[in-house]
Amino acid sequence: MDYFDIFISILGSAIRLSIPLLFTALAGLFSERAGIFDIGLEGKMLASAFASACVAYYTGNAWAGLGAGILTAIVFSMVHGFASITNRGNQIVSGVALNFVAAGLTIVLGQAWFNQGGRTGQVPPEGRFSGIVLPGADMMRDVPIIGPLYANVVSGNNILTYIAFLMVPVSWWVLYRTRFGLRLRAVGENPGAVDTAGISVSWLRYRALIVTGFLAGFAGTYLAIAQSAAFINNMSAGKGYIALAALIFAKWKPVPVMFACLLFGFLDAFANFMQGKSLPLIGEVPVQIFQALPYILTCVLLAGFIGIARPPKAGGVPYAKER
Amino acid sequence: MSLDSPKEPAIELVGIDKKFGAVHANRNINLTVAKGSIHGIIGENGAGKSTLMSILYGFYHADQGEIRIFGKPVAIRDSQTAIASGIGMVHQHFMLVENFTVLENVMLGAEGGQLLRKGVATARKELKRLEDDYGLEVDPDAVIEELPVGSQQRVEILKALYRGAEILILDEPTGVLTPAEADHLFKVLRVLRDQGKTIILITHKLREIMAITDTVSVMRRGEMVATRRTAETTVEELAELMVGRRVLLRVEKGGANPGKVLLSVRNLTVKDSRGVTMVDDVSFDVRAGEIVGIAGVAGNGQSELLEAIAGIRKPASGEIFIDGQPAAGIDPAGLRDLGLAHIPEDRHHMGLVLKFEEYENSILGYHRDERYGRGAMLDLDAIRKDAEEKIAKYDIRPPNARLRTANFSGGNQQKIVVAREIERDPKMLIIGQPTRGVDIGAIEFIHKRIIEMRDAGKAVLLVSVELDEIRSLSDRILVMFAGKVVGEKSGEAGEQTLGLMMAGIAA
Amino acid sequence: MSTASVSLPAWINYGVIPLLNLVLAFFFSGLVVWAIGENPFEALQLLLIGALGRGEGIGFTLFYTTSFIFTGLSVAVAIHAGLFNIGSEGQAYLGGLGAALVALSLDHYVPWYVTMPFAVIGAALFGAACAAIPAWLQAKRGSHIVITTIMFNFIVSSLMNYVLVRLLIVPGKMAPETRTFLEGGQLPKLDWLIALFGGRLGAAPLNFSFLIALVMCFLVWVLIWRTKLGYEMRTLGISPSAASYAGIRYAKIVMITMLISGGLAGMMALNPVMGASARLQIEFVGGAGFVGIAVSLMGRNHPAGIILAALLFGILYQGGAELSFDMPRITRDMIVVIQGMVILFAGALEYMLRPAIVRLYQQVTGK
Repeated sequence: MDYFDIFISILGSAIRLSIPLLFTALAGLFSERAGIFDIGLEGKMLASAFASACVAYYTGNAWAGLGAGILTAIVFSMVHGFASITNRGNQIVSGVALNFVAAGLTIVLGQAWFNQGGRTGQVPPEGRFSGIVLPGADMMRDVPIIGPLYANVVSGNNILTYIAFLMVPVSWWVLYRTRFGLRLRAVGENPGAVDTAGISVSWLRYRALIVTGFLAGFAGTYLAIAQSAAFINNMSAGKGYIALAALIFAKWKPVPVMFACLLFGFLDAFANFMQGKSLPLIGEVPVQIFQALPYILTCVLLAGFIGIARPPKAGGVPYAKER
Repeated sequence: MSLDSPKEPAIELVGIDKKFGAVHANRNINLTVAKGSIHGIIGENGAGKSTLMSILYGFYHADQGEIRIFGKPVAIRDSQTAIASGIGMVHQHFMLVENFTVLENVMLGAEGGQLLRKGVATARKELKRLEDDYGLEVDPDAVIEELPVGSQQRVEILKALYRGAEILILDEPTGVLTPAEADHLFKVLRVLRDQGKTIILITHKLREIMAITDTVSVMRRGEMVATRRTAETTVEELAELMVGRRVLLRVEKGGANPGKVLLSVRNLTVKDSRGVTMVDDVSFDVRAGEIVGIAGVAGNGQSELLEAIAGIRKPASGEIFIDGQPAAGIDPAGLRDLGLAHIPEDRHHMGLVLKFEEYENSILGYHRDERYGRGAMLDLDAIRKDAEEKIAKYDIRPPNARLRTANFSGGNQQKIVVAREIERDPKMLIIGQPTRGVDIGAIEFIHKRIIEMRDAGKAVLLVSVELDEIRSLSDRILVMFAGKVVGEKSGEAGEQTLGLMMAGIAA
Repeated sequence: MSTASVSLPAWINYGVIPLLNLVLAFFFSGLVVWAIGENPFEALQLLLIGALGRGEGIGFTLFYTTSFIFTGLSVAVAIHAGLFNIGSEGQAYLGGLGAALVALSLDHYVPWYVTMPFAVIGAALFGAACAAIPAWLQAKRGSHIVITTIMFNFIVSSLMNYVLVRLLIVPGKMAPETRTFLEGGQLPKLDWLIALFGGRLGAAPLNFSFLIALVMCFLVWVLIWRTKLGYEMRTLGISPSAASYAGIRYAKIVMITMLISGGLAGMMALNPVMGASARLQIEFVGGAGFVGIAVSLMGRNHPAGIILAALLFGILYQGGAELSFDMPRITRDMIVVIQGMVILFAGALEYMLRPAIVRLYQQVTGK
């Protein structure tokens, strides 16, 4: 395989690996811009993966699975909202708690219903989102450079992948060109300004969390019935936290989020590729370095060495009218 | 209470009552405000003015009572109903989104549809019209955090007018304005009134009441105690109504006997967290046995000056000497070792930890002293005994060193701070807003203690936005405007003179 | 009328409300048990008997409790200074490396009571080291410590993976773990403690580190409420501006607090590594760091409360293990669910019941 083929292969892999990150990071974008810190993205991803796999398994319908995944993630979001907004609880605690509940429940219910050690049954092909061959892909395959790029990287992805990339401009448009987006950004900076303008802070934040759940549901569904064919124990494997890292790395803006997720996806793909291979001088690069790289990068970013990350001002603080 | 008025009432409050737990914030308030007038509501801190206005604006719900707007009873459940009834509020602490533009802030909540594009065009036009009609000039695309305070307030007013407010409530609007900006504001208010708008002005500044209002109500301890036509009353009468007894506006004190220089500030420049210069090349001395007062409208650099001298904020350049020792850039603990004591402007967030018990606050800042424990340990018995002695000496009520500090009244909380700082027998005392939110009795007590410090040969630097307080306590007065000391006068200087200097008009 | 400003007596705030929250957590967990086809009451009974019924059960319970006391103290110390240390999982993991290195070096030469103090120091040092970079990032660069400590959990996981798979693995063996420590590198079991109450320890690995944990409880109490450093930590935690006014240095307190917090988490490793399995294994922490968060919150960040909360979770862990024998459908992961519910109700939904309780209280007392 020549270098270009390797590059194409890694690029395709990078895109596939970045999709769950992209959906989740966009989900986090909406909640954090509204001032709700959401560590529970990991749990939402896991829970929606399980729900979508179950429903897709029993109904054989991928879209039903997607619906189930979205609904589940929204339910978790609403509990988080109930705790942080209505009850003004500590948002970190609530997120951590929900992650535990998701981690435990998915295995307990999975074991009880499928008896396969925590995973669901194999989802039949009709219950999955499979690759779509775009028009002209086969024809173009032999065109130098553009051909393989189009045929292997752009085409051949499942529909959720295309939706993910579509969500980037959609998110941008919602945040910056709609009334909802204006108010959402305002409530994350100064909830008092929103309150005195006669807008309900709570309801606005709940709506932000509904969007979060909606997008996170896509992420989990992708993991279970697009990228794979079943739910497996702990299949999110910390991706929720990497997505959070990507969000911070991208300074809470939609288009940079996309690039950050692609970057982390690329690192993941590269790590898989490098396994067992040696570099000159260094020898075999320990795979653990690649595993740790996204987290190290985030710390470097947070240290302000790559520009300053300015989070939404009212982030993480429950809103209470002053007495 | 109501006055004979040919104009129809814009607002009628009947029997408004509100309790917060044990605190009876509003007791059976009755108020009528005529349309097309400027009505002042005056009262001390904690009298209940803000609560009443919050009820009118829908922030709180009254426990009892009725509100009528233009004759119609209205149930104001939230800000939205208030706005729909034509009420607009300009808050003391601006409710603006700092990284939005003026246009975005004005539009927030009145965007005119789901998509912003159309709303932006409409808003721009309307904003221009309001600016022209009322003289409220501001660049619609400027970002809030880059605007001066006076302009930010204009945005607040524009927000209310944009929503069609017929009734405007302004809560302590001039606290952050220079006298010139305040005059401009009053001009705008007069234009609004003449065009039929009704304005309620909440303030504790008697002078403003006399200057701009048509009618005034006085609140004291949750009650509406009187309503007058402004033209028919005086500053003295209003002051007396405010506190319920004859007020001594001056403190008894003898002459000063200044000794050696204990605080020396040379070419001090201090910038705030955004890099804006707040203290600009300031130099002055304070001697032992004298009180130097710094007068000025809030926001002219006095807070930053105090913070720099107290070691809380690093100066950008310049020098500070305490009894000859270099002190600039030294942290507060080191400064305390040099003999400096600091009664901060903000006792709730700086001077005290409200969650702590009283005795824990009585050592704040001095907790490393050997007196309070040997080595790394704390000696709780010694601390509590010390606290109880201070409680007795300063008549702090209730006399309970184990009580949570949040449960003490404002005046007693301030006494805890004052006792702590004065009992250290410091060489030099710097004080910010010592009597903000403090009842009259405690004010007199604290003023007496400050005079005593001066008579005992200590150097005292006093910063206060209350010109009366500065004039009654200081031996020398320095006026700060826009970060500079623009003049020095003796403690006997007249109000007019000082007021002009505070407004930036040269002496 | 607003209930938020009514103050309740201490016994309601610290006794009734937490208890009710616990009941709610168990109620919802019970629903899950019922949903998978088992009887919740029977499950609860089996759980309690499994945890407290026999000497061996109590031994296991206290074994788990020990780990949770360490991590609970770790989180509590940080919370008092206003820092949310989510990294005790990683700090405990790295602390295990410290303890293991000491044990591996000394176990041929000296008895356990000589190794022990060095192991404590080693574990604490390595745990503190794991917390040091996040601490420095928060102190000097203002980076949010919640995120950086979570990141370090993953970084340490990768690091330890490498260490165990490449460096410390026993040549020829498959399992990623060190060799077994000799007696000089092990902590003795506390059979005599259980015997005192008329039971037998059996196979339970309750060991000396339990006593170390109790000593640490006392020391943490002294630190927070009886020392000048503790005063400065509490001031910073409640009011950073008052701390600044008082001359308390932010960076210094953040660093010291996180180092102590990391050190306490590191000490947790003594329990499983030197007291139970006598070797360093992959992922030996097994979530104890996160349980520490729950324990600290339930215990109101006070050592006495932490001991009780740690005991509760110890009962859950041991009882849950026993339960999964008799009811195979309820796996260990059910405990994770209950744990999550407890954190949710005792932590995030702390004050959910408050308005109703205030009204009830007012009706009963006529205030």
